Amino acid sequence: MKFHSVKELLELTKNEGKKISDIMIEMEMEQSERSREEIVNQMRNSLHVMKGAIERGLTEDIRSRSGLTGGDGKKLNQYLEKGQYLSGSTIIEAVSKAVATSEVNAAMGTIVATPTAGSVGVLPGSLFAVAEKLEASEDDMVNALFTAGAIGLVIANNAFISGAAGGCQAEIGSATAMAAAAVVEMAGGTPTQSTEALGIALKNMLGLTCDPVAGLVEVPCVKRNAMGAANALIAADMALAGITSVIPPDEVIEAMYHIGCSLPISLKETSLGGLAATPTAKELELKIFGPKWNK
Amino acid sequence: MKYQSVFDIIGPVMIGPSSSHTAGATRIGKAARSVFGRQPKKAVITFYGSFATTYKGHSTDVAIVGGILDFDTYDNRIIDSLVIARDLHMDIHFVTSDVVMQHPNTAKIVLEDEKGKLELIGVSVGGGKIDIVEIDGFQIKASGNAPLVLVSHEDRYGVIASVSNVFGKNEINIAYMEVARKEKGSLALMVIETDQRIPYPVIQELEDLASVKRVSLLTTK
Repeated sequence: MKFHSVKELLELTKNEGKKISDIMIEMEMEQSERSREEIVNQMRNSLHVMKGAIERGLTEDIRSRSGLTGGDGKKLNQYLEKGQYLSGSTIIEAVSKAVATSEVNAAMGTIVATPTAGSVGVLPGSLFAVAEKLEASEDDMVNALFTAGAIGLVIANNAFISGAAGGCQAEIGSATAMAAAAVVEMAGGTPTQSTEALGIALKNMLGLTCDPVAGLVEVPCVKRNAMGAANALIAADMALAGITSVIPPDEVIEAMYHIGCSLPISLKETSLGGLAATPTAKELELKIFGPKWNK
Repeated sequence: MKYQSVFDIIGPVMIGPSSSHTAGATRIGKAARSVFGRQPKKAVITFYGSFATTYKGHSTDVAIVGGILDFDTYDNRIIDSLVIARDLHMDIHFVTSDVVMQHPNTAKIVLEDEKGKLELIGVSVGGGKIDIVEIDGFQIKASGNAPLVLVSHEDRYGVIASVSNVFGKNEINIAYMEVARKEKGSLALMVIETDQRIPYPVIQELEDLASVKRVSLLTTK
């Protein structure tokens, strides 16, 4: 690994006068002994899978096996077309695409885990909405995925990316930070602005618990993907406005790690606490799995 | 470093809903299939921990059978894997266990046909990444970052040297190696991780060595 922290990643971009995505692609080439073309094409394929999931979720009648989720991506898409929304169109675009992707995931559709399947909607939602707004090329979008991956690698290796290990902050939080950094690069921001966006986004996700109803990647996961995408865009805008994170990104990641370690086990994907322990959640769990599964 | 590749983070491309409980399960199934080397007649799958309590909701059962059928994490056929396996006359049993394992997402797979039997224990560690911790009763410590070569052999002098000789001759560097045995002089298992990809003729060369019983490749991606 050429970089282990955000600081090291930024130093590489400064010393070599390159973007975060360039550094990531070069490191991947070195590690995997594969050509640039091979690596970029694999990422391009992932981008196409993301696009396919968004399209399905926005237009088809998606329903999960449990029946808990589905159809909200389509609803948001119709709401967007009416044009009478309170927030901005890019935000609603991002949110609708994030929900669409997340619902397709819950219904056993084909998706790209970013970084996990639970947080699958945040990055594609933000990326495709911003690309539309900026009229970005497919190459720009592929590069943005490498930038997101670089940020995700730093977080995964210094903290965690699974709800079972660190709570939802590790999944939706990491995805939000990755998305914020990626769209900043796509909008022409500097590597430092990308990592400031990471810091701002992740700070606002700290402490988020993983408490899925009936242990399924559905409630509240789908809606948290929506909020993650919105958060990523606001953090990106703040960073592009020149706002910095007072706590440096590496320290925010470290804080996330410590918070995750101190979260009780009941709030780390065990469905024993939080939303999963509410009367409605218990009722739903009984309805879906029957008495045998009731803990 | 736990995660090395950008595709550990942006990926895997997979069938939902869970990277650990669905994609990870497929990879454990596929790992067992790769070591077994052919389509089994019978599969007995035991789920532990969180796998045991939530496998229905995450389609872990469907996913792991998809892996045993050699499907990739993104293969749509995973959804129908139980039906496909039945059509192929594969006999499949699921068992849930309340034995506490070290990691909550653990599965044991036993594959069988008239020619042989394989027992493998895999763990899904997060984001679709897996570790294989035990094969045929031999404990394995290697992480699944690269494909592993498994050499099952008689536990006697000179075998390790002749195996490493084959790698040296073919200019393949051994990055990591461990040798496990159940008791002195019986069967032993070598687990080898290499820096370079291993061409098929090298596998054959290893198989032709005296005292080597079986060579298989363990892939976890």
